[in-house]
Amino acid sequence: MSTQLTLADLKPGQSGRIEHIDTSDPGVLRLMVLGLVEDTPVRFTQAAIGGDPMEFNVFGIAISLRREQARKFAITRIDERD
Amino acid sequence: MTDKAAVQIPVDQIGVRRQARHTVALVGNPNSGKSTLFNRLTGLRQKTANYPGVTVEKHVGTVPVGDTSLELIDLPGTYALSAHSMEERIAVDVVLGHMPGTARPAGILACVNANHLYQGLYLLQQLLQLELPVVVALTMTDLAAQRGVAIDIQRLSNALGGIRICPIVPTTGQGLGALKAALADLPTTAVPQAPDYWPAVSQVAAEIARAGQEALTALEAERALIDAEGPLARQAEVALGPGGQAQLAAARRQLFGDQPPMADEARQRYRWIRQVLADVQVQVPPLKRLGARWLAWLNRPLPATVSFFAVMGLVFQAVFSWATPMMDLIDGAGAALAAGVAAVLPSGALASLLTDGVIAGVGSVVIFLPQILILFLFLIVLEDSGYLARAAFLMDRAMRAVGLSGQSVIPMLASFACAVPGIMATRVIPDRKDRIATIMAAPFMTCSARLPVYALMIAAFVPNTSLGFFNVQGLVLFGLYLLGILGGVLTALLMKGTALRGPTPSFILTLPEFSVPDWRNVALKLLDRARIFLKRAGTIIFFVALVVWALAYFPRSPAIAENLAAGQAEAAANLAGAALDTELTRLENQAASAQLAQSWLGRAGRAAEPAFAPLGWDWRVTAAVIAGFPAREVMIAVLGTVYAVGDESDEQTLAARLRSARWPDGELVFTLPMVLGLLVFYALCLQCAATLAVMRRETGTWRWPVSAWLYMTALGYLAALAIHQLA
Repeated sequence: MSTQLTLADLKPGQSGRIEHIDTSDPGVLRLMVLGLVEDTPVRFTQAAIGGDPMEFNVFGIAISLRREQARKFAITRIDERD
Repeated sequence: MTDKAAVQIPVDQIGVRRQARHTVALVGNPNSGKSTLFNRLTGLRQKTANYPGVTVEKHVGTVPVGDTSLELIDLPGTYALSAHSMEERIAVDVVLGHMPGTARPAGILACVNANHLYQGLYLLQQLLQLELPVVVALTMTDLAAQRGVAIDIQRLSNALGGIRICPIVPTTGQGLGALKAALADLPTTAVPQAPDYWPAVSQVAAEIARAGQEALTALEAERALIDAEGPLARQAEVALGPGGQAQLAAARRQLFGDQPPMADEARQRYRWIRQVLADVQVQVPPLKRLGARWLAWLNRPLPATVSFFAVMGLVFQAVFSWATPMMDLIDGAGAALAAGVAAVLPSGALASLLTDGVIAGVGSVVIFLPQILILFLFLIVLEDSGYLARAAFLMDRAMRAVGLSGQSVIPMLASFACAVPGIMATRVIPDRKDRIATIMAAPFMTCSARLPVYALMIAAFVPNTSLGFFNVQGLVLFGLYLLGILGGVLTALLMKGTALRGPTPSFILTLPEFSVPDWRNVALKLLDRARIFLKRAGTIIFFVALVVWALAYFPRSPAIAENLAAGQAEAAANLAGAALDTELTRLENQAASAQLAQSWLGRAGRAAEPAFAPLGWDWRVTAAVIAGFPAREVMIAVLGTVYAVGDESDEQTLAARLRSARWPDGELVFTLPMVLGLLVFYALCLQCAATLAVMRRETGTWRWPVSAWLYMTALGYLAALAIHQLA
């Protein structure tokens, strides 16, 4: 894989684990306080019409953010087969 | 072991001890059920004030416990004690005892949503570091269990230094008794041992606290290290004396390297939180909830967006169809009361002051209440059910096009009914620049007070013909709505591009689960909104109404009064029955018109006529518009008086009179270009004292209402001028 996956690349229903965060964006720091930190599993629930903003589920909590911020969170896919 | 003094407390001192009230601060995440808990604990025993120097409200209530009571301060909802928004800073200042006028609380009541335990533990962990006793109210354990997660209370308590955790259901009151008892015991409860989630930083913080001696606690030193920009960093620099700033900077470099300290703090805290969650959360079989699948479908983007517009349509329908009869009732009651007063008192300044001044003034305040209450009832129900956050999520993209975020959509829509509740609803917008841009754009939305003027002018002067499929009158009304939206959009863009320039605000929001609101909570919030409106806006509206009355009443011309008396006597001698009544009314209306013409208001209209003549307005229209500045719908009553058809005349009479009004040279006053210009002026102008008063209240300064007023008046004038000159 040459390009790094981010939260913005997930499709509805898919999950990923946060690997690395670009902390240069002040909004990202707020998201980290809300629980989007490294090693956290995150599921992409759905997006509003037009694909933005996006809604994620973190430990049962629905958090919405814009796509441009979702790109700051590098992830690896977690495949859920159940 | 036993303290002898404690054994021998005299009886009267026990009584004194009982009455000593202690203060507890209620802290929690947004959507944690905090306000429901606060309302449940304090009921109507609460008051609302402002923290000094800011527009954030301070809610304080009394909680009765047995035959004693304690004071509860409801702090703004926050996710962390990191002082990023004004609300967070206030929460930090209060719990640290740094808020002027608010003593440091004796303990903390932390409200934690069992569904959001992951986020709730972040704040809770920070609260444990305050060196204050802490009690946790754990809400929504029932919903968590339904979703398949049970929480082991004992293990959670152990992980949090042994603090007391009370599971409660605020809507039914279950668990409140135990919680109240725990609150009463708070001053004698042991301070919990905070979990050491980050030994590297806590050691350095302890060293700095020692160096700063008594002026700095370990927590304050830690916050100073992490929030380099925060107020505690400055306090620490002062406490450490010369070289303090360099010492802190060196410690930060060593601890965090080039990473933002906040990011590291979040990593460390959530690492600890994940361990705790793994320990305390017990998987239970989830319950199939009725309608859950239906709700999930409704939550999908397209159905959600469609139903959003349906819900807003319903709200508007309700506001118009429920508020209008109530407003008519208030109008009727005011008129009946005024007639009653006029019948008892001899006509003169006092009677006029009471009827046209005081009663009309109170009426112009109360007339807003039906709309405000109905609109807020819907907004509070939508908010408490978790829908408003969802609406903001759905509309974010559209609002971003005008430089705002999804959180501005509800205030904007509410402003179509009335800008006052719209502006009051901007409190949900976290970004101050966004909030002010929304407040500045809100008065452009076509509010219901503009409608009577639109209806009168359009019915009287716009031809009732068809243009293709459309009725021209309807098209003009639609155009006026569009003009308002356009004005608001352009204003928001202009503001965000100039005075309120800043980075595009992020849209970060925790979306609460849908739930049925607690009616008690809804009622108390509604009461609070009504109280704020009546107290803060009502006084200003009333005062302005009195000023307009005085301008229209004084000075009185004795000659006109004598003329009226002579005319009445003559009519009484010559006429009888219905003819007499008609003649008397005509004479009275004529006299009122003459009095108004030479009153300060009439003189102002004449004086200002040269400025408004290019718009096609004669002094009568000018005077009516001036009188309409405090409340735009007043214009119709003034037109009625000035054209001598009475201030309560029906529309047809007034419209006929307006159609035949002429300039001294015989030209018609109300030509189509002039009327269109007047309508556009009304669409763009900020003629509403209530809106100005609420803008002042919500922004905390007169700067924004004054600039909005100047800007919108200039815009309205120029647009009306352009239409009249070009057409």
